[in-house]
Formats: sequence, C-alpha cells, structure tokens
Amino acid sequence: MRPFVIRVRLLCFGLLLGFGAVMPGGVSVPAMAAVDAFEFETDEQQRRFRQMSDDFRCPMCQNTSLTGSSGGVAEDLRREIYLMIMDGKTDEEIEQFMLERYGDFIFYRPRLTVETLLLWFGPLLFLVLGGWIILGIIRRAQPMTQEQVALNDEEQQRLKALLDNVKRD
Amino acid sequence: MVPELGQFALILSFCLCVLLGTLPLIGAGTGNQLWISLARPLTAGVFVFLSLCLLILAYSFVTDDFSVQFVAQHSNSLLPIQYKITAVWGGHEGSFLFWTWMLALWMLAVSLFSKAMPDDFVARVLGIMGLIGAGYTLFMIATSNPFDRVLPLSPADGADLNSALQDIGFIIHPPSLYMGYVGFSVVFAFAIAALLSGRLDSAWARWSRPWANAAWAILTIGIALGSWWAYYELGWGGWWAWDPVENPPMINWLLGTALIHSLAVTEKRGVFKSWTVLLAIMAFAASLLGTFITRSGLLTSVHAFASDPTRGVYILGFLGLVIGGSLLLFALRAPLMKSEFGFASVSREVFLLANNIILVVASAAILLGTLYPMVYQAISGGELISVGPPYFNTIFVPLMSLLVVFLVLGAISRWKKTSVAYLKQQLLIVAVASVVLGLILPLALTLEFNVGASIATALGLWIVLGIVQDIRLKIANKPSVLAGLRSLAVAYVGMQIAHFGFAVILLGAALTSIYSIEKSVLLSPGQGVDLGHYHFQFDGTEHLSGPNYEAERATFQVLRDGEFVRELHPEKRVYTASLSPSTEMAIDAGFTRDLFITLGEERESGAWSMSIYIKPLVRWVWLGSIIMALGAIVAVLDKRYRRLKVKTLAQEASAPEAGAGVPGGQTA
Amino acid sequence: MSRLKLFIPVFVFMVMAVMLWRGLYLDPRTLPSVLIDKPLPDFELPRVEDEALITKADLPDEPFLLNVWGSYCLPCLQENPILMAAKEAGVVPIVGVNYKDKLNLARLWMDDNGSPFDFSIMDADGRLGINLGVYGAPETFIVDGNGVIRYKHIGVIDYKTWDEEIMPALAAVKAEATL
Repeated sequence: MRPFVIRVRLLCFGLLLGFGAVMPGGVSVPAMAAVDAFEFETDEQQRRFRQMSDDFRCPMCQNTSLTGSSGGVAEDLRREIYLMIMDGKTDEEIEQFMLERYGDFIFYRPRLTVETLLLWFGPLLFLVLGGWIILGIIRRAQPMTQEQVALNDEEQQRLKALLDNVKRD
Repeated sequence: MVPELGQFALILSFCLCVLLGTLPLIGAGTGNQLWISLARPLTAGVFVFLSLCLLILAYSFVTDDFSVQFVAQHSNSLLPIQYKITAVWGGHEGSFLFWTWMLALWMLAVSLFSKAMPDDFVARVLGIMGLIGAGYTLFMIATSNPFDRVLPLSPADGADLNSALQDIGFIIHPPSLYMGYVGFSVVFAFAIAALLSGRLDSAWARWSRPWANAAWAILTIGIALGSWWAYYELGWGGWWAWDPVENPPMINWLLGTALIHSLAVTEKRGVFKSWTVLLAIMAFAASLLGTFITRSGLLTSVHAFASDPTRGVYILGFLGLVIGGSLLLFALRAPLMKSEFGFASVSREVFLLANNIILVVASAAILLGTLYPMVYQAISGGELISVGPPYFNTIFVPLMSLLVVFLVLGAISRWKKTSVAYLKQQLLIVAVASVVLGLILPLALTLEFNVGASIATALGLWIVLGIVQDIRLKIANKPSVLAGLRSLAVAYVGMQIAHFGFAVILLGAALTSIYSIEKSVLLSPGQGVDLGHYHFQFDGTEHLSGPNYEAERATFQVLRDGEFVRELHPEKRVYTASLSPSTEMAIDAGFTRDLFITLGEERESGAWSMSIYIKPLVRWVWLGSIIMALGAIVAVLDKRYRRLKVKTLAQEASAPEAGAGVPGGQTA
Repeated sequence: MSRLKLFIPVFVFMVMAVMLWRGLYLDPRTLPSVLIDKPLPDFELPRVEDEALITKADLPDEPFLLNVWGSYCLPCLQENPILMAAKEAGVVPIVGVNYKDKLNLARLWMDDNGSPFDFSIMDADGRLGINLGVYGAPETFIVDGNGVIRYKHIGVIDYKTWDEEIMPALAAVKAEATL
C-alpha cells in the first residue's frame, strides 16, 4: 500500500488542520488551498456553492471538506456542484447526486437514520441528564433558603425559653 | 556517537522517573522523611536528562546527521537553521520527546514553587507526575525512539520538513499547545495526591488554582495559535475545522474551563469537591485521549497508513492504567469528601454548577461526534460515515449560547444565596439593552437583518454590559471611580478580563462566519475585480528564488472606494527538496476586517485563478483568546495566593505532620 | 446506592476504552461502493488508442475488469505486471479508464510499460470517474456481462489481493454468467 499512499499525498493537498500536522502520526501532506475560477450570477449561488463545498467531504483526503482540498476528485466534485447549481438543481438533488456515487461517507452532516439517532440526540440526552443532576442538587440545596433557615415555632419557643433563662440569671 | 548519548539520557530519564514515581510516594505513605525528600532532587534529575535528550536531538538536526532516522525524515541540508531546530517537534517521535520534556518542565516548576506546601504533599504530586513521565519515556524507548539510526546505509540527504510547517506559526504553536496540554497533568497530580492523602480541603483547591489557571491560559493561547496558523497557512479562510485531531484540545479546554470554575467554588465555599476532582481527572484524560487519537492512526480516515497499532495499544494501555486507576481511586475515596450543601437554589454556586454541566455536556458531545464514525463502522458492519463541522456547529453553538446566559448570572450573583429580585433589579436593564442593541447594531451597520448576527451581538453585549454593571455595583460606594477600580481584587479583575475576552471571541467567531464574503476569479495581469467595498487590481507575477523553494510572486493593488489601501503579494511556492507545492496567501490584517488573496494556477492564457476573501472581525477570535488568557494570568498574580501560602507555612510550622499519611484526616 | 454512583465514571471509561481498543483494529480503508450491483453509468468518450468515440455498448458483453489508471500514478505502475500477466494468460478482458490524464502522456506510458487493456477510455475531466464513485487511481471494478458493477477494489492490486480477492470475485461472477 505504501506507494499508493505517496500518490494520495501528492493528489490530496488538503492538510489535516493544525494539530494534525503537528503530530501527524507519520502522515504529512503539503498545504494548498483550493482555488477555482467559477463565475456566479448571484451571491446566493456563490453562497450555496461555498456551503456545499464545506458540507461535503473530500473523499480522497485525510479529513478535509471539498473547500479545503485542491486537485484530484475534490476539484472535479466542486466543478460538478458548480455546474449543478448553475443548472438550477436544488440542494436536495445535489445531495442525492453525491449520495448515489459516494455514499454516506461524503456527508459531513450525517443524515438522520436509525444508526445516527444516538449521534444527533446524544447531546440533548447529555443536557437533559445534566439538567436533572442540577435539579437534584437544587432540591437538596433547598434547606438553605431563608424560609427554611428561619426558625420554626418550636425553635422559637426554645429560643424564647433560653433567653428567658438568661434574663432570669 | 552523539545520538547514542541521547539514547542513554533517555533511558536514564526513564529510570529516574521510575524512582520518582515510587520512592517519594511510598515515603509519603509511610512517613519516611528521607524518601519524601528525594522527590525534588529526582525531579531535577529527570529535567536535566530530558533536556539533554532534546539538546542532542536538536544538535543532530543542526549538524545534518541523517543517520538518525527521525532527522532524515524531517529535515534537509537546505532547510534554514531555525526550521532545523523546530523540526525537532515536526514529527511524531521528536514531538513526543518535546511533550515529555514539557512534563519535566512543569514538574520542575512545581518543585520550585511549592515551598509553601507540606513536603509529603509535594512528594506525592511529583511522584504521580514521575509515574506519568515513566509511562511517556517508556513509550518512546519501546515504540517511538527519536534516536533510532539508519545504519550502515544512511541517506545522503533528508526528506525535508513538511512545507506547511516551515513557518513562524509552527515554531510557536506546538510548544504552547503542549505546554497547556501537559499543564493539566499538574492539576491531575494535585487531585490524585489529595485523594491519596485524603487532604481534599480548601487549601488543596487554593494550591491547585494557580496551576490550573496557568495551564488553562497557555492552552488557550496554544489553541488560538493553531487556529491562526491554519487560517493563514491553509489559505481558504477556515480557522476552525472540527478535525478529529483538533477536537481533543477543544475538549480539554472546555473541561479545563469547567475545572478552573469548579476549583474556585471548592476553594471559596468548600463544596463540589468530588466534582472538582472528577473534572481534574477528566481534563487529564482528555489530554491523553488526544495523544492517543493523534498518534495511533485511529480516526484518520480512508487511504491512511495501515498503521501499526502497537503505539495505539501502548497508549491505550497507559490510558487505561492511569485513568482507570484514578477513577477507581476516586470511586473508593470520594465518599470521604462530604460536601455540605451550604447554598440556596439561586446562588453563585448553582449558576457555576450549571455552567460546569454545560461545558461537560459540550465536551461529551464533541467526543461523541469525534468517535462516532468508529462506532458507526462497528455497528453497521463496515459502513463509513463522516462527522464534520456542520454537525459540531449545530451542537456547539446552542450550547455555548446557553453558557453565555448563565455566565453573566453566575458572575453577578452572590455566594450562598442570591434573591431573584436582586438579579432582576441588576440585570433587567442589561438584558433589555443587549437585546435592543443586538437588534439595532447589525441592522444599522449592514442595512440587513440577520437573526444569527442579532443573537450573537446580543449575547456578546450581555456579557460586556453584565461586566460593566457588576463593576459599577462593586465600586458604587467608593469615593471615586478610580479609587473604586483600585479597590477591586486582582483575581476579580482577572475574571472579568477573561469574560470580556470570551465575549470578544464570541462576537468575532459568529460575525465573521456570517459576514465573510469571497470570490473566485480568473484574472490576467492588468485586470481587477470588485468585492464588497474593495477593488483588487492584479498587476502580474514575478519569479522569485527562496533558500529552499522557487516561487511566483504576484502583485495586487487594493483600493477601498477608489482610495489606495496597500499592495498585497500572494505567492505560489514549490519546495525544491520534496517538490511539494504550497501557497502563501497575502493578508491585510485589520481590527475590523482581513483581506486576503490566495493564488491558484496559471492558465495557458497567462491568466491566474485566485480566491479573494473579506473576513470581518476574524482577528477578534485570536484577540479575544489573548485577552482571555491574560485574564487567567492576572488572576494567578493575585497576592492572595502568596499571602495564604505564608499562612499555610505558619500553620505547617506549628503542625508539621498535619494530614500526612492519614487518609481522611483533613476532610471537611 | 450513592456509593455505587461513584463507580459510574470508571464504568463509562471502561466501556470507552474497550471501544477504542476495538477501533484500533477496524480497517478504515474498507470503503464500500454504493455502486455495487448498479449498472455502469452511461458515457460517450474517446478511446486513448485511436480517439474513436465509444459508449457503454462498446464494452465487452462478458465479465471484465474495469481498471482506473493514470500515467502520473505510481501504484498503477506497480500493479501493471499483474494485469499484463492476466491479459497474456487470457484470464479476463481488461478495460482501462484513463483518469484525469493527458492523451500524450497516457500513450507514452502504455508504450513504455505495456498496455494490459483491450482498450482505454479517456476520462480527461474525470466525469466518468465521478459517476463511478472513484476516489483516485488505481481502482478496479468487476463488471458482469450485463454491464452491472459487481465488485470494487480501491488501491493497488498486489499478488495477494489478486489471488485472494479479485480471482474469487471474478470466478463467482463468471459462474453466475454460465448458469
């Protein structure tokens, strides 16, 4: 596999960001930004193009979006996205195009399926769990509120008795 | 010969670490003063020998000793001298040595600045750090030795350092990141020492706080530097990519943030002790997990090396031993830490706890997203998915917004009990002002309504105005504003500076994401293009020869509304040794916006493809990080820590054996 | 009960550690192709050999290998002898997809190293590659007599993969065809 890896390095210029390059575990790729020269008719088209290039993964690279990678299949995929946008295709149609060819791997935003339920709702679950813990602690903290710290009737009487005793002495 | 000396020094460091990780700990457990007193000299020894290793590796780089495999893989005779030195941390083996040396540096710092603490406690702290050091050095000797030789057939010249790493950002980013990362092992060691000795009191929290703050400040800077480096080196305007190797530092930072706040509560109020200890363990676990992920080849996706899992197995074993052991110790010892619930349901304690929970939830969510592709692959029988920035942003942004709401509530409320009426009285005006200004300001500046921008502005102002309001309250009864400001405690000022920094980051990150614009064009010399208020005039390119690269350098005139701003010179380089191309983008950095240009390819027509970006407020992300780190440093400088240290010293003089070797002896 | 709660962190950690350990041994390179059991995409592209336009209809009507290659691709050079041997032994027809390459360089490469291909389709702009879900050269597909993709191998073919993966997969497809 080694020569293949070398080829991938040459092809895939997307650099795994910052920390990856620092401790790459042996893999290093030169940095080179993707630069296209696509003409758009509207800002909305340009925005959609950037959004989509950000949201699809460069299939060849370590871990970069189509935006962050130049050369190879990433460049071609950006061109296809561009052509489809100019062709009036909707976002859903473009996603379908990618899915049919590259599968779920291409989506940086995983689709909601049974297998990704935990991924999408896990954080909410954590938050609910955290909220529950806080509520539990608040409930235990209740005895310190002013109302409860204040003496009840029985204590008031004992205090009165004590004070009376002191006075008598 | 010289690299072999490095090898010996490395083995000696390991031996010293083993001694440090055993004798002082046993001494502290049995009350053997002699063994306790070994901790500081052994620490010095570890530091000396690891420094020697580092120097020898640097020497091998500077003298172009390509018989050393690590040097041959990461340097080249043409490499400028400063990059030869920084190449020491340009690859796995060397960066791990550097990492271990950082640990020794922290250990040395602890041994020097701990005169006020009881000797047995210091011995425990250093002993635990020694054990960690033993694990690291053994890892190097066994699987990643930077002094391995290629003999007898050594290469005539090296393969060169990755061109993206030949850069000032790379010179300073890893040291800072590692320093912060490793710093959390100090707090971890304090927590474990406290668990072992049963000394989980306010004094322990007070001793830990400066270390936690320092590590956190350095980590903050390290992460910011990494982000800045990625921004200008990678050339597409991204400053945070939620990469699996970026996420562990972020998780560590979030847990560290929770930890420094929880430590504050533990010190001031003596509550949340077990929670604080747990956070200290988790923060350190996150740093080890980061090491594991980046160095084992796990999670590197398709077409990566079929990496030998030995390293991964070793780090995982170490992780299991250290963290598993610590958590077990925690489970067994935590019942000794009885915290009184001495606070009401509306109090600073509760708000800080809420923030802690949000930070931990955010960390857990990032961890979930980072590891999920692996989980998915296991449960779906080999199918692959990607979890990237769109996921993390969706999860992270709402959580951080929630955090900001509680941040101000926590900062302005009082310990023990705060009445809802008081909060309303102080904050209602702040809330109304930030919402109104949040709606108006972005609209007034851009003439366009944007929900995200309004929310971000409102949240940022909520923090800033909250700070102003709090300080106003604090100095209300002082004769003058100046006298009032002077009367504020240094630690309090530090806190507010850090919170202000956070607001700056929030505004910068949100607004630059929303308002950045870009254009990709094909220009021939003499042509120009408009973007936003700016005009970029392309004058052409010239050839340039660097020390170890060949470059095409372009010249652009930048005009704003017809007025000349400056020239910009993006470059396209090819490094001669590795023939790897690289783009050097040209940036005009500014407080309100960055302009930058990335060169693409020259077409046959003589025209160049290029991307031009305008990124408003992007600097605020790093500026805010610096302010935030500065706040933490200011807090460390509070005289209170020193004064209290003197007091503990006095206490100690009267009761030298306090807490030593008596489990639970000092629990509240 | 409250003491047991304290063991939750260590328990969670253990579960995670086991997961990570399992993860170390997962092969991240087993990229599934969503195109398996789907018909080959349509195309109309020139042949490298004579620049004659060809379409799907010109492909062999028996099982064949579709090999994605390029003159810039080092591993393609590495697997070339295996493919050459297969061609000489008449094991299976091999069709090339010359992926994102230049015509003159591709021809030069075939002159220098020999061509194992019955013919090569020139996919200069990589669009056929995208429709095939290609990541990069080399990749090898097994296509059955009906033009349906049955198997995909990503990366270089060495003797081991040829014997243990390609041949059995090919045999299965062939056996089905003769039924």
